[in-house]
Amino acid sequence: MEPQAKTLDRLHVGERAMVLSLTSQGIQRRRMLDLGLTQGTVVEALHKSPGGDPIAYFIRGAVIALRDEDARKVLVEDQAGLQ
Amino acid sequence: MGLLNRAPIQDGDGLVIQRQDDRERVIALAGNPNVGKSTVFNALTGLNQHTGNWPGKTVANAQGRYRYGGENFILVDIPGTYSLMANSLEEEVARDFICFGEPDTVVVVTDATCLERNLNLVLQVLEVTGRMVVCVNLMDEAKKKGITIDLAALSRELGVPVVGASARQGKGLPDLMEAISQVSFGEAQSPRDLYYGKEIEEAIALLMPRVSELCGERMNPRWACLKLLDGDDTLGESLERFLGMPVMADPAIQECLTRAREDLGRAGIGQETMRDQVVSCIVCQAERVYASCVNLKKQGYDKRDRRLDRLLTSRATGIPVMIALLALIFWLTITGANYPSQLLSSFFGYLEGQLTLLFSGWGAPAWLHGLFVEGMFRTLGWVIAVMLPPMAIFFPLFTLLEDLGYLPRVAFNLDKYFRKAGAHGKQALTMAMGFGCNACGVMGCRIIDSPRERLIAILTNNFVPCNGRFPTLISIITMFFVGTAGGLGASLLSTLMLTGLIVFGVIMTLLVSKGLSRTLLKGMPSSFALELPPYRRPQVGKVIVRSIFDRTLFVLGRAMAVAAPAGLLIWALSNTMVGDMSILAHCVRFFDPFARVIGLDGVILMAFILGFPANEIVIPIAIMTYLATGSLIEMDNLMELKNLLVANGWTWITALCTMVFSLCHFPCGTTCWTIRKETGSTKWMALGFAIPTVVGILLCFVIATLARFCGLG
Repeated sequence: MEPQAKTLDRLHVGERAMVLSLTSQGIQRRRMLDLGLTQGTVVEALHKSPGGDPIAYFIRGAVIALRDEDARKVLVEDQAGLQ
Repeated sequence: MGLLNRAPIQDGDGLVIQRQDDRERVIALAGNPNVGKSTVFNALTGLNQHTGNWPGKTVANAQGRYRYGGENFILVDIPGTYSLMANSLEEEVARDFICFGEPDTVVVVTDATCLERNLNLVLQVLEVTGRMVVCVNLMDEAKKKGITIDLAALSRELGVPVVGASARQGKGLPDLMEAISQVSFGEAQSPRDLYYGKEIEEAIALLMPRVSELCGERMNPRWACLKLLDGDDTLGESLERFLGMPVMADPAIQECLTRAREDLGRAGIGQETMRDQVVSCIVCQAERVYASCVNLKKQGYDKRDRRLDRLLTSRATGIPVMIALLALIFWLTITGANYPSQLLSSFFGYLEGQLTLLFSGWGAPAWLHGLFVEGMFRTLGWVIAVMLPPMAIFFPLFTLLEDLGYLPRVAFNLDKYFRKAGAHGKQALTMAMGFGCNACGVMGCRIIDSPRERLIAILTNNFVPCNGRFPTLISIITMFFVGTAGGLGASLLSTLMLTGLIVFGVIMTLLVSKGLSRTLLKGMPSSFALELPPYRRPQVGKVIVRSIFDRTLFVLGRAMAVAAPAGLLIWALSNTMVGDMSILAHCVRFFDPFARVIGLDGVILMAFILGFPANEIVIPIAIMTYLATGSLIEMDNLMELKNLLVANGWTWITALCTMVFSLCHFPCGTTCWTIRKETGSTKWMALGFAIPTVVGILLCFVIATLARFCGLG
């Protein structure tokens, strides 16, 4: 089966995925890059906040909370092998 | 941007560094947010910058001196930054100091438990200067998590000294000082270049000759080329200021830049792509270095953190636990402070008696006794007795939570509501800082980089009560709603009421934020990423000592400095007659009709106005005024105080309105001044003054009117 591309906010808690690309621009894009969200980075969704949004992700050794609308601008590929 | 004046932040915060002599070395202390920079800073300089486990505590550059090996060093603690590609005001300050402040050595403090991300900044700084020391802090935490770091290998990879440290325990600091000294006085090391791929390297090569000419020895030309290609405007400005010439307008530069961009464009590398490629190269390099130096012994080293996160931030338990923790802190504060407060109160009562004897023994005139004993001493006594115990309990408890790393979790829990209010998620952090002091909270708003959301956070910070207002709230609750009888039930009830009031304050914060983002400060919430740092075991002993000495006594001292002259003034006003009444009575009579409409009385309103310099003195002023206009009562405890207030017409409605007004009224003088300074605008300060005042007046009016209609009170 072909790996499915989806946006980061659709990642279920406990799932991992690999970053394909960022769809944001400008400062927002830089900030994401600064966090280490570059192509090929493996990201794990750790847990949701009480309101369901934002969600905490494990990114390169750090726990970072992102709002859904920001996570939606990160395209990831499901990695069955990484579960 | 227009909304915020950028200038004051850079001028006012000591970026100007004065060396005592030529040998003195300037050391920049850089690093990601929340890696213990301030702890290292304090340990080396013996100063007491506030520390805590959340990103963004240090918002201004602090500097301090230390001596090592017979030499003098100036250490500059700069705000935490993830990269040198500045995305926010404080990151810009940090970047400008590292790149253009010409420090003799840059120390990059890194977090051993999260080294990979930290290496990003290390590599970026390494491109700017080779005069660098890497301090791998929190080695003890890493060890606990089974993370081993080969420091020697890391040093070989990076080509600069690497020192392991556990700054909180003072471990590794002598080594760090030695390394700093060696780098500062040693041979200049050349910066390290990263390879960015053929196209970008060719573009750099095009610019290099002319840029080298312009830069001379003062900075790494390669880095400047890269930044010029990147087209970062804020950097361009700083670069021109630094070199003292219009680099961007230089015809040769412009020509090369155009050609380089054309070449890149042909290769399919636009502005964004180039930036992506540059950052990717750095991140990949960091990943490589990390892999070669770090060994994770056990999988799931952060299991305990994740479990704790589940408890503290999950849907079911996140918010209840948060409120329970808040309530627990209040309960401990209220019950713990009760007895010492009474003790202090009677102690000052006794002292007052002794002083009176002393004065009459001297045959001092009545006005002198009145001015100093009944005026100054009594006000001071009240401020200490009522403020010191709760503060000495509240501050350490709050600092413990801060040290543990709980505050970012609060921001995480509340983010949804702040987003709905059109505000920034980090506003929850600045709000929490407001509990200690609203002026600090306002200054802390620098961690919010969107100007619109920063203004919202600044203007609404006053809706959470600072430490100066807690005692007012607690004593009114005790007197009018719970009773002073004590016991577990009573203290629980007090806690419940106080927690309710605070939650009310938070709701007001959200509502007003929403109002602002719908009207004056229209806009969509900007993006943000909030780091949830690893939990750290709080250092209980240290926290207690530090928070009592640095915060409690500091705040108390400030309150006393205001209370003493205020006491004098009130006594003088109440004893200077104009016509058949004292000046004070005239004032009270002037305010009274309006104050009655909003459920207060002239004395209370005037106390709030006179309390403008510091909120702590509102209740003492009110008491002094009642005492001056009515009969004199010995006041040793709260029950007698209640009798005094009731005798002056207080009902529970008055008490409620006073509490609400205390929560929602103009910020104190220091806070107003800070708002003025942070926004660079008198207009925003006026708004920061007016919004809570109007809200408070409206709320009190509604409460008072409802009560009148229902025939209550």
